[in-house]
Amino acid sequence: MFDILQYPFIQNALLAGSCVAVVAAIVGYFMVVRGLTFAGHALPNIGFAGAAGAVLLGIDPVIGLFAFTIVAGISIGILGKRMNERDTAIGIIMTFALGLGILFLSLYFGYAERVYSILFGQIVGISPRDVQITAISSLLTFILVLALFRPLLFSSFDPEVAEARGVPVRLLTIIFLVMIAITVSLAVQVVGALLVFTLLIGPAATAMRIARSPLWAIVIAIVLGVCYTFLGIVLAANNGVWPVSFYIASLSFGVYLPVRLLSPLWRGRWARKSDPTINRGSTTASQEGDQEQRTTFKAMGNTQGSAEARGEL
Amino acid sequence: MSEFFNYWLGLFQHELVQNAFLAGTMVAIMTAVMGYFVVLRAQAFAGEALADIGFAGATGAAVLGVSSLIGMFVLTVLAALGMGALGERIRGRDVEIGMVLSFALGLGVLFLTIYAQYGTNATEGVGILFGSILSVTRSDVLITLICGVAALMLLALIYRPLLFASVDPEVAETRGVPVRFLSIMFLVLLGITTAETVLVVGVLLVLALLIAPAASAVQLTHRPLTSILLSVALGLLITWGGLILAFVGTWGHFPVSFYISAASALCYFISVGVSRMRSPRRYRDTPPSCSTCSSPYATPLPSHLLSAREPANMVD
Repeated sequence: MFDILQYPFIQNALLAGSCVAVVAAIVGYFMVVRGLTFAGHALPNIGFAGAAGAVLLGIDPVIGLFAFTIVAGISIGILGKRMNERDTAIGIIMTFALGLGILFLSLYFGYAERVYSILFGQIVGISPRDVQITAISSLLTFILVLALFRPLLFSSFDPEVAEARGVPVRLLTIIFLVMIAITVSLAVQVVGALLVFTLLIGPAATAMRIARSPLWAIVIAIVLGVCYTFLGIVLAANNGVWPVSFYIASLSFGVYLPVRLLSPLWRGRWARKSDPTINRGSTTASQEGDQEQRTTFKAMGNTQGSAEARGEL
Repeated sequence: MSEFFNYWLGLFQHELVQNAFLAGTMVAIMTAVMGYFVVLRAQAFAGEALADIGFAGATGAAVLGVSSLIGMFVLTVLAALGMGALGERIRGRDVEIGMVLSFALGLGVLFLTIYAQYGTNATEGVGILFGSILSVTRSDVLITLICGVAALMLLALIYRPLLFASVDPEVAETRGVPVRFLSIMFLVLLGITTAETVLVVGVLLVLALLIAPAASAVQLTHRPLTSILLSVALGLLITWGGLILAFVGTWGHFPVSFYISAASALCYFISVGVSRMRSPRRYRDTPPSCSTCSSPYATPLPSHLLSAREPANMVD
């Protein structure tokens, strides 16, 4: 099965894929914490338009990808803090970009093939030069994350307190969105625009269910991401027909599902052990039913619960 | 002038053009009405996910040789039921929606690859992704019309409780409105809507028709019924405008979905501009006090932090 590893194009794909997976896992963790999931889905699609435009102009698609995703990332960051309006604006910008993308490609001769390679990725087409670009950009992003690690984490978990402490929250958001944009542009070459999202969110979401501390979660996310990418490329190369993105998506979903279902088991035990003041009520604190019941109870508590309590007294 | 009309009458004699306009009109009305609730409930991401799940359905149906509309109906309704079962606080469940979405896309890519292998050319797949209104058949139009009318009637039936539950779910729940049931019902209707919208603009651009008219209308007026009517008007304007421009082809033969997505974006940003100009400067930055618009720092915490922050069970 691992015979194919000797082919240079597979080696290129694996190298580029691993770099992308590492960066995507780190950036993805912060993305999930910050609730920017939708932005993570929108940016690759916006990048699609950039790549299509670059193909039309006859320049390297990577340049188009970088240009469109970075501009879009900055504008999403400026757009505002309110979730509801932000999602709407992201959705509309995304569909507009996709519309532009299909326009560019319809102007381009023989467009169906090109659409596929940008949307679904093409591991065979990665040159040694691409690997170099990917490795250097990944390294830069990685260093940037390390440099900003503490303020980024602080402002992700508690933006209000962070702002009160003088952390430039808005600026960090914009920088972070630019980092997502760079990661997305790198990853599009390996997995394609439609499934960059998988590499961003899959490992991070699974890791957050496994580990509680941010550092461990990030480390686990990186390991998972590299494993998915590696296995995905090897399996796809062996099969020869089915696309890499399908393998990566199924692997990440296949790992996430059991972890998601079983995590209350160990999550509850750890939670009680580590902070004894909290969560004495029930072991399965993160299960939906429980939480919903509690919110309803709280909502009712204002009117009925307190009255009853007073009556008993 | 009469030459122009004759040209149009000539165009409308083609079954192709009739089908496109019939399906487009029905879809525009449905998405505009459903879109109002999507915007109100902040479920844009759920709509996007349902569309991408429809992609898996459509390509899967193509592999099996079934009508793509049926494949999309089956998968989107199933997914809507699943998402509804996860709970009504969909907004905080972005991660789970995202995981399902990426898996659906992966499946779709697989089906598309298999399909493109076994036969006809690859343009069929591009049609699913970006819409192929010219290949809509008469039977597709009939299904669209029947399902659309049925869905709109159902929505009219649950209109008042759904509006209540969307604007203030907690109060609605204490008043005995079946919030959870309404949420599932709404998602199923949304699934049907997205499946039909895919026919007109394709999987990737469903969100344009679903959100843009409604979001523009919400910017311009606050009354629910007026918003919905305005949203329908804008939706029809966008869809018909896109179809006419694409058919007449004055500025070259560009795809319908490009015109529709560009018109949607234009419509939204103009209405945002108008509403900014109308509202006095000092109110601009204050968040409105309704519960659907979350607080300025509404970054949802990861669930393990949420559970740690929740006070211990209040009963004991």
